[in-house]
Amino acid sequence: MMQRKAVIRVTSKLLIPFILLFALYVQWHGDFGPGGGFQAGVIFGAGFILYGLVYGVHQARFVIPAWVTRLVLALGVILYAAVGFAGLFMGGHFLNYSVLAHEPTHGQHLGILLVELGVGMTVAAAMVTIFFAFAGQDEEAHGAEWD
Amino acid sequence: MMVLALALTRIRNMYAVVMLTGIYSLLGASLYVILDAVDVAFTEAAVGAGMSTVLMLGTLALTSDREKVTSSAKSLRALFLVCVTGAVLIYGTLDMPHYGDPAAPIHHHVVPRYLEDSGREVGLPNVVTSVLASYRSYDTMGEAFVIFTAAAGVLALIGRSRRRRRPEDGDASGETAPGGGSGS
Repeated sequence: MMQRKAVIRVTSKLLIPFILLFALYVQWHGDFGPGGGFQAGVIFGAGFILYGLVYGVHQARFVIPAWVTRLVLALGVILYAAVGFAGLFMGGHFLNYSVLAHEPTHGQHLGILLVELGVGMTVAAAMVTIFFAFAGQDEEAHGAEWD
Repeated sequence: MMVLALALTRIRNMYAVVMLTGIYSLLGASLYVILDAVDVAFTEAAVGAGMSTVLMLGTLALTSDREKVTSSAKSLRALFLVCVTGAVLIYGTLDMPHYGDPAAPIHHHVVPRYLEDSGREVGLPNVVTSVLASYRSYDTMGEAFVIFTAAAGVLALIGRSRRRRRPEDGDASGETAPGGGSGS
């Protein structure tokens, strides 16, 4: 794609760690400020998409192979449902987090943290998957070079 | 936003349209910030302005970047339909309570309970997160499944076309490495 544009490559290389870090901040700080799994997932996915835009889909696929995104995609949903069933098995209702720990509020904290993580994982993987599905198509149609 | 919306309908170059849609989303996000809905603004900025712009650019790369000119009769019919729909929507807003009206139904049903008790029951400072992830976690789980289904659908539709297309080309390289990189 834009392999030869040095400015873009260097700047994005500088930016991507901060994008991922900010995504993690939004993910884990969603209980206290604006944000949460959904937004964090989108930002996390955007970091990888930026990498894919600058360095090409093949290179990005080398960083996160297809099976990883698919695994994370499914794991996020499974984690969410598993938290729900954990509440069920520990004596509460489905998706009732209060029984997950000794203190109800601690259980709520734990449950919310886990389901937000599940949402974040699924959203990030879905964004990356959809983008690479489109971009991969394009590389096929026009050859490897695409600006 | 009105200027942008009008410009969007006039411009025929799709790249400009995509960029303007992104700006439109960003303005919408600012509007949400003014309305104190920071979580929604965050989502709008990330998804509306960022992600959908990238996805639309990806789609444009696959299709044409010029809009086909439609006949004016068709446009007139569409304009009539849009005007009728818009009039109905505006008529619907006449019954709605004013913004910030304390007597509005939205401030009475379950909201006071969420605002007063979520600190004790859930213990999170951000009530939006409490409502989304705890009180309404069925809905959020549904959303997570919707996103999962969307990605799975995209994968099923265009994710594996490489494997199918290669043999049709009659290209020998396709048969030699059928598994390589087919996941994108």
